[in-house]
Amino acid sequence: MSDESRALLRVEKAGPLALVVDGGRFGVRHLGVTQGGAADWVSFRWANWLLGNALEAAALEIVLGGGLMLEVEQDATLALAGADLDARLDDRPLAPGTAFPVSAGQRLSFHQPRDGLRAYLAVPGGLATPVVLGSRSATPREQLGGHRGDGSALSGGDRLAWNPQQARVRRLPFDPAQGITLRGNRLALVPGAQVGHFTGASLYHAFNATWRIDTRADRMGIRLLGPELHCRLGSMISEGIPLGAVQVPPDGQPIVLLNDRQTIGGYPRLGALTPLASARLAQCLPGKEVGLVATSREWALVSYRRCLEAFR
Amino acid sequence: MQTRIELTAMDVLMVRLFDTIDEANMAWLLAADRALRDAFGDTLIDLVPSYTTLMLHYDCLRLTHDEALARIEAVLSRLEPADAGLGRRHEIAVWYDPSVGPELARVAEHGGLSIEEVVQRHCGRDYHVFALGFAPGYGFMGMVEEALATPRLKTPRRRVAAGSVGIADRQTAIYPLLSPGGWNIVGRTAVPLFEHARRGDPLLLPGDRVRFRAVSRAEFERQGGDATPLEAAP
Repeated sequence: MSDESRALLRVEKAGPLALVVDGGRFGVRHLGVTQGGAADWVSFRWANWLLGNALEAAALEIVLGGGLMLEVEQDATLALAGADLDARLDDRPLAPGTAFPVSAGQRLSFHQPRDGLRAYLAVPGGLATPVVLGSRSATPREQLGGHRGDGSALSGGDRLAWNPQQARVRRLPFDPAQGITLRGNRLALVPGAQVGHFTGASLYHAFNATWRIDTRADRMGIRLLGPELHCRLGSMISEGIPLGAVQVPPDGQPIVLLNDRQTIGGYPRLGALTPLASARLAQCLPGKEVGLVATSREWALVSYRRCLEAFR
Repeated sequence: MQTRIELTAMDVLMVRLFDTIDEANMAWLLAADRALRDAFGDTLIDLVPSYTTLMLHYDCLRLTHDEALARIEAVLSRLEPADAGLGRRHEIAVWYDPSVGPELARVAEHGGLSIEEVVQRHCGRDYHVFALGFAPGYGFMGMVEEALATPRLKTPRRRVAAGSVGIADRQTAIYPLLSPGGWNIVGRTAVPLFEHARRGDPLLLPGDRVRFRAVSRAEFERQGGDATPLEAAP
């Protein structure tokens, strides 16, 4: 950390994965650089909104919890949104979807997920970390961004600096326990160009079967387990992959590609999840059952706009 | 050229220019890349060219689907191939050795060649950079001679060293940073590809040409190369 005096949080114990994220890295996909950024972009924005921050200010994405413990070094107001990872301030439980004051010396800890997978911790003014290729988001595989600028996740002893700013605390306009990306198991998908190359039976299964979230799931992609889907196109010439693309490799089990996906790839695709569905999927624990629902581009855009308007 | 514009996601369109991989595609893809960037300006979020396509992610809050389609169609209707000489030409020094190129023998055996012949032939022609992807600054190049074309490893390696030069079928590439990978590794370069990518100016860009040059271990190390051996594939 370049300026120790501005450190707000010190990592006492690292959980399985906590990363500095912002809205993502754009305008660089043609260089082979991935998007990154908050996987549940909706909860991430709510965390910033609760403090009156810019909606894409850098915050922490905490996956699973798993004993992550942060020591507070300065008095401040923080906010938490997204998954319920059994967060506690010293021994006091913290409800997700709220802003709360902290004092120097207190400890903030995260434990087992009770609902959802990823929690977002925002600080007033956002985390002050290096901007790499236009974003503060950490992408570990690419060694870019994050609190050290090299893509690393938090580890014991790390300190997180901030741009201190007075918090303008707000309350969520909905019941935080009903966080919009945590509820429901239907994932809206806009069918794409190769959808017609899947067999009739596969198309029926794709949109009627129950899909189970595999343990092979990370910020790059999430595998869905269920009936085997067959596409008449074997593999294709590699081409760009959008967020939420549902690709089907030869084993017939779909993989949904998320924020840290590779930039190009060559498996046929059913289409791509809507931005809202991608965020919802990012909150699904392995074993959860989900369904794919075909939707139109027009309807996807209407729901997207509606979601963005809620932050006003 | 039978172009198609396909819906790929809510706010993403695929501009499909070709159906096969061909060096002659590059002049058109480069021209389309430039013209689309100009036509979309700051409503463009990302443009990802690949071998036969350009994936266009536009700002759907500022541009309607129909407006995006109209802009693409206007670009395609007056597209002229770019000057093939616009790309840069790079000469990249490679230390070919079994310790850092554990598949040299596999590639040789597959093509019925000696290791020396593999090196000579890999250095014997210019390669076009067709696309960037997989990792920051990773350029997919081709085409290698038929005799060098060797299928990917059955089980990808978990760790391929930065600078590793690989062959997969008729493609060749350099790994900019330590990453998993299933290509046949034949050597290593000291050129800091990832440092370029990290600054946002990747050394290799689509349309560029690359010629490999074999160097000794001493020269490789003088250039700052890391000679740590790469384990043979399991």
